[in-house]
Amino acid sequence: MSGRAAALPVSDWRDEIFAVLKQARIAQVGYVPDAGHARLIDLVRADPEIDAIPLTTEEEGIALAAGAWLGGQRAALLMQSSGVGNCVNMLSLAKNCRFPLVMLVTMRGEWGEFNPWQVPMGTKTAAALELMDVMVYRVEHTEAAAETVAAAIDIAYNSDLAVAVLLAQRLIGAKRWTK
Amino acid sequence: MIGNDRRLDRRLAMRILLDKRDDLLVVTGLGSTTWDAAAAGDDPRNFYLWGAMGSAAMIGLGLALAQTQRRVLVITGDGEMLMGLGGLATIGIRRPANLAIAVFDNGRYGETGMQASHTEAGVDLVAIARACGIKETFDITDELGVRDFAARAHKSATTLFARLMIRADEPPRVLPPRDGVHLKNRFRRAIGLESS
Repeated sequence: MSGRAAALPVSDWRDEIFAVLKQARIAQVGYVPDAGHARLIDLVRADPEIDAIPLTTEEEGIALAAGAWLGGQRAALLMQSSGVGNCVNMLSLAKNCRFPLVMLVTMRGEWGEFNPWQVPMGTKTAAALELMDVMVYRVEHTEAAAETVAAAIDIAYNSDLAVAVLLAQRLIGAKRWTK
Repeated sequence: MIGNDRRLDRRLAMRILLDKRDDLLVVTGLGSTTWDAAAAGDDPRNFYLWGAMGSAAMIGLGLALAQTQRRVLVITGDGEMLMGLGGLATIGIRRPANLAIAVFDNGRYGETGMQASHTEAGVDLVAIARACGIKETFDITDELGVRDFAARAHKSATTLFARLMIRADEPPRVLPPRDGVHLKNRFRRAIGLESS
C-alpha cells in the first residue's frame, strides 16, 4: 500500500467502497487516474487478488469488463465524469450483449468547480449515460456511498445491466487550485 | 498467393490460425476478420464483434486475465486496431502470457469501401506494439510465418503481437450469428460458465 493510502483514516468512505468491491468478488478494476478515486485506486492496486489495470482512455475499460465477464470474472471501472463522454459508442458493446457493467464515476464540473472546461461534460454525465440506457445512481453523502455501490454491483451482475454510480463533487470536495 | 503479390490470402491465414485450435478462445474485430473466422467454421468459443470498433484487443486482455489456463487469440484488422491503439499501451504494461494479437493488415477499411488506412501511408503497427512494451512481435508475410505464429500462440510465455500482410481483396462475406447476447451466452457455456 502506498504511503498516501496508509495516511488516511480507515473509516474513509472510499475504504468502504473497496470493502464492497472485495465482498462482491470484483477481480479486475480498470481505471483512469483521478484525484477523487486516488485512495480507492491505491487500495485496489495494493490488493493481490485484484488485477488493477490502468487505462489510456475510459472506453478501454468497457471492453476489458466485457472480456472479463466472457471469462467468468467480475470487473468494475473507475473514472472521472469527463471520461464518460469517451465511452458512448463503446457502451453499445455492453448494451447489445447485455454485459454486466459497473462504472464508479467521480464528478467534476458541478459543486464548487474552478475549471470551466470540466463543466460541459460534468453537467451532461448522467444524460450521456442514460442516453445509452446505463442506469444511473447518484451519491451525495458519504454514508450512502458503500450501499449504493453494493446495490449497483448487485443489479449489474444479477440482471446483466450497465450501472453507473456518480459520486458527487460535493462528496469528494472541490479540487484545490491554490496551495 | 496469386502472381507476384507477396501478401497473404486472408481466408487462408485465418484457416491456418484456427487449425488445431484446441481450447483457443478467439475474439475477432468488427468487419472482415469476423467474416473470415465464420468462413473458417463457426465455433462457440469465437466472440465475434459486429461493432464496438477498437475494442477487440482490450476484450482479449480482460478475457486472458480471467481465463489464465486457456489461450486467447485476438484477430482483428488494421483499421480496428488503429481505433484502439491506446489499448496496446494498456496491454503492453500488463502482458499476460496467454494473450496473442494478430492484425490482418491490408491497409484498407474494408467495410466502408476499401479506403486507405493509416498503415497504407506507413504507420507501422509492429513498431507501435514494440514501443508499447510488447517484446515478442512478428511481421508475417507468408504461410510459413502464419503457421509459426499459430504454434507460438499456444505456448508463449508473454503477450504476442503479429502483423500479417494481407492482400487487399474482398472475399464473399460469411456471416456468423449477430445477436450479442447469444454470442456471449454460448461462449460462456462453451467454457463451462453459466450462460447468464
